[in-house]
Amino acid sequence: MGQRQTEIIIGFFILIGFAAIAILAVQVSNISESAERETYSVTAHFDNIGGLRVKSPVKMGGVLIGRISDIHLDKKTLSPVVTMAIFSEYDELPTETSASILTAGLLGEQFMSLSPGGDDLFLMDGDRIYDTQSALVIEELIGKFLFNESNDL
Amino acid sequence: MIKLAQSLGTRTLDTMATAGRAGRLLMQSILRLPRFKDVYLTYVQLYSIGVQSLLIIAVSGLFIGMVLGLQGYTTLVKFGAESALGPLVALSIVRELGPVVAALLFAGRAGSALTAEIGLMKATEQLASMEMMAVNPVHRIIAPRFFAGIIAMPLLAAIFSAIAIIGGSLVGVNWLGVDSGGFWSAMQGAVDWENDVINGIIKSGVFGFFVTWIAVFRGYDCVPTSEGISRSTTQTVVHSSLAILALDFLLTTLMFGDIV
Repeated sequence: MGQRQTEIIIGFFILIGFAAIAILAVQVSNISESAERETYSVTAHFDNIGGLRVKSPVKMGGVLIGRISDIHLDKKTLSPVVTMAIFSEYDELPTETSASILTAGLLGEQFMSLSPGGDDLFLMDGDRIYDTQSALVIEELIGKFLFNESNDL
Repeated sequence: MIKLAQSLGTRTLDTMATAGRAGRLLMQSILRLPRFKDVYLTYVQLYSIGVQSLLIIAVSGLFIGMVLGLQGYTTLVKFGAESALGPLVALSIVRELGPVVAALLFAGRAGSALTAEIGLMKATEQLASMEMMAVNPVHRIIAPRFFAGIIAMPLLAAIFSAIAIIGGSLVGVNWLGVDSGGFWSAMQGAVDWENDVINGIIKSGVFGFFVTWIAVFRGYDCVPTSEGISRSTTQTVVHSSLAILALDFLLTTLMFGDIV
């Protein structure tokens, strides 16, 4: 085989390799989403966040509008504070918007669900959502149920 | 008793000396600024190391992906969770199977060939005659093959992963009827570019480094007889397979240990 032919085949090989990496990037992983979208952050205080994690989705009406960017415990009130990074294209959320932590399916991942309120003022960067509903913890629910049942007996 | 202690000591010292020679070979081939001629020698080596391993990598990837799709489906469908097939196939391939299986195949296909080639060069005194001509065989023969291995391995592993995922989707979506939109979008939701794909590529780079190092060293260090070459070739495959699996555990705990 001629030298030039070998070189062409090697070039082809390298090209396929990079094409494979490109497939992994575009088709398999979430790089298209993580490509820096403009966001603004909104915080919310909860009693219990259940299994919510950083990078969990924030949805409104089932549509992904942002992701959880930070979770920490307020040092004074000792309640969890969740910071959400919401895509800037959704910048007209009313200030009365309420936040609740829901579970996808019965045992699925937990996510933040926002439902809009009826206000003319919109949430700005750094604002806080006051109307919040904590995560349902199944163990607590079962505990309460068993407790009530035993009271009836 | 004394003989036992003696042989134990000799063996330990031998192992130490081997490790020392391997380290020296690594230093000699790396610690030299690459010149333009080296780049070309490395590029040409990509043919025997990369291109000729392509077929076995692609075919194995296709079948491993297809088997994974089939087995994953039969288990997941019992729980009505066949939409999780995409993440199952993609994560297990991108994180583990892609780098590891590709590296094992690479060790068997390219590593053994490297050892045999360099060993035969040593046995037929080609390396010695190069030295006579004031050409350093480490620079001329070892270093280009070494770098070619490090470049080729991540590319081969990426090709393996991509083909395996396509194989998984062939079985899952086209044959067993998992919804194609759910398959791909659930996969994209679960696979992270940095945590999963990049770490997988880093893994395969590390494997490529060790496999080629072992292969060129075993060839360069072999006993220059036909028996010695065959033993070195066997050692290459055995040692690099063990190294790959042990390193994989180590790298996995480092990379994915804190991901729940």
